[in-house]
Amino acid sequence: MFDDLRELYQEVILDHGRNPRNFRHADDATCSAHGNNPMCGDMLVIYLCLDDDGVIEDAAFQGQGCAISVASASMMTDILKGKTKAEAEQLFSAFREMCTSDDFDIAAAAECDADAVERMQMLSGVREFPMRVKCATLAWHTMDAAVKGLQNVSTE
Amino acid sequence: MTKVFNDVENRDSDNLTAVFDVEHIRADFPILGQSVYGKPLVYFDNGASAQKPRQVIDAMNDIMETNYSNVHRGVHALSQRSTEAYEVVRGKVANFFNAASENEIVFCRGATEAINVVAYAYGRKFLSAGDEIVISHMEHHSNIVPWQMLRDEIGIVLRVAPIDDDGNFLLDDYAKLLSDKTKLVAMTHVSNALGTIVPIAEVIRLAHDYGARALVDGCQAVQHGAVDMQALDVDFYVFSSHKLYGPTGIGVLYGKEDLLNSMPPFMGGGDMITSVSFEKTEFQQAPLRFEAGTPSIVEAIGMGAALDYLDAIGVDSIAAHEEGILHYATKRLSQVEGLKIIGQARDKTAIISFIMDGVHAHDIGTIIDRAGVAVRVGHHCAQPVMERFGIAATARASFGLYNTPAEVDTLVEALGAVREFFG
Repeated sequence: MFDDLRELYQEVILDHGRNPRNFRHADDATCSAHGNNPMCGDMLVIYLCLDDDGVIEDAAFQGQGCAISVASASMMTDILKGKTKAEAEQLFSAFREMCTSDDFDIAAAAECDADAVERMQMLSGVREFPMRVKCATLAWHTMDAAVKGLQNVSTE
Repeated sequence: MTKVFNDVENRDSDNLTAVFDVEHIRADFPILGQSVYGKPLVYFDNGASAQKPRQVIDAMNDIMETNYSNVHRGVHALSQRSTEAYEVVRGKVANFFNAASENEIVFCRGATEAINVVAYAYGRKFLSAGDEIVISHMEHHSNIVPWQMLRDEIGIVLRVAPIDDDGNFLLDDYAKLLSDKTKLVAMTHVSNALGTIVPIAEVIRLAHDYGARALVDGCQAVQHGAVDMQALDVDFYVFSSHKLYGPTGIGVLYGKEDLLNSMPPFMGGGDMITSVSFEKTEFQQAPLRFEAGTPSIVEAIGMGAALDYLDAIGVDSIAAHEEGILHYATKRLSQVEGLKIIGQARDKTAIISFIMDGVHAHDIGTIIDRAGVAVRVGHHCAQPVMERFGIAATARASFGLYNTPAEVDTLVEALGAVREFFG
């Protein structure tokens, strides 16, 4: 009965949830945004440092939430470092698709960044838990808002 | 003895000797027989909304199959039958809560709408800048936000009565907030997030000592014990049917008759007038002046059936049963490693909010859901009280008349699985 749960709460996810990477304020952030999941009370701040060419030099986050939202933010900030804004948006789109669609074409997504897609894949178990998809995507929505110059985003 | 919600003799004392047969009661609730993820459903989310007995479902079907029409309008047979069935409920509510008159029972969509009616119709007429409204630290958002909207509009002041670290309401500190500036005390009867029972009779008495009105949010109280409007001498009392084993879309604003009639209507429309011309409209007296438009007829009849159902079992028998569940669940949950109960007030209803070391409430909720156990996770629409305890979310098991100790065991076992995942 716990197969779906084991798929969702993989050791890697639990580790990111317990020991989130890049969990800090970024003093030199060029953009940031607050993400809020009003139903759950999850709150994240995403900090991005973009260089003149739009490459993400640093990504960090703070806040609190469930294992899934924290792990997702942790993994996302790792993945984003060195990516351009455009690549970040592309990955967001792929991740959202991965979390919601059974027909997600992983091979096509992997063509642009196999390593990132493989890591994001760890969270795809959330597909079996529709109520938790917004936990997994909160960090990405917030990153998207930061890049677009918005200050707040809500996943409701 | 069971919870006594106010200072009067319990209405249903005759029923105290009745045998409370929980299996018999469970058989009345069709939804409880199912499995989720292959496990028998354990429904511990009654604080959010309770399940409906066959008697409620049948009453709603029956009116639609045999007597349905609009109310207060036609002279034809169906309209008369519908009007009668609908208005009978007003009397049932008045009896159940010992109101002085059924004119004091206003039907509305639910407790949220009821509070908004008072904020709009009473607040805008009788309150002005500098007047104070006292609420508690453990209000549901529905008893905070309408007053904040009123504050922003007319400049009233909101004051917050504190609680202690166990979630006990601090009556003395509340009393100190009262002054001749206090015009309204708007307070929950039972905290939805903590289960704390507020000593509401004293709260109302003290409010009246200062000439203030008292509104009580009874959403988490009415299903757990007897409440007597006249004994409480409360000015406004609100609750929703769907937490009382009735349908959604219907609730009650109780208000003292003179007070209701001193208030302007909330919404204009049909059914709330005595005459309309383009120059002038005369409004109905309460309750109809607050019931513009076609009401929730079928739902009101469902609520009436729910009250009949509870009356037949006996509210005090239900309270005694739930007290037993609360006691057992508190003991069992306290033994779960790393679990902390949030809200350990001396006087509680059958609600247990808890957190677990190193595990977020959502993760608890997701994992135990797969064991068939439904609880609410999150801030319970009561963010200020969550903040008071320095947490963002809890898992909340809220018990109802059909819950059993064996179900509590299932919850405890499922929490063991949470520990397996999170270590």
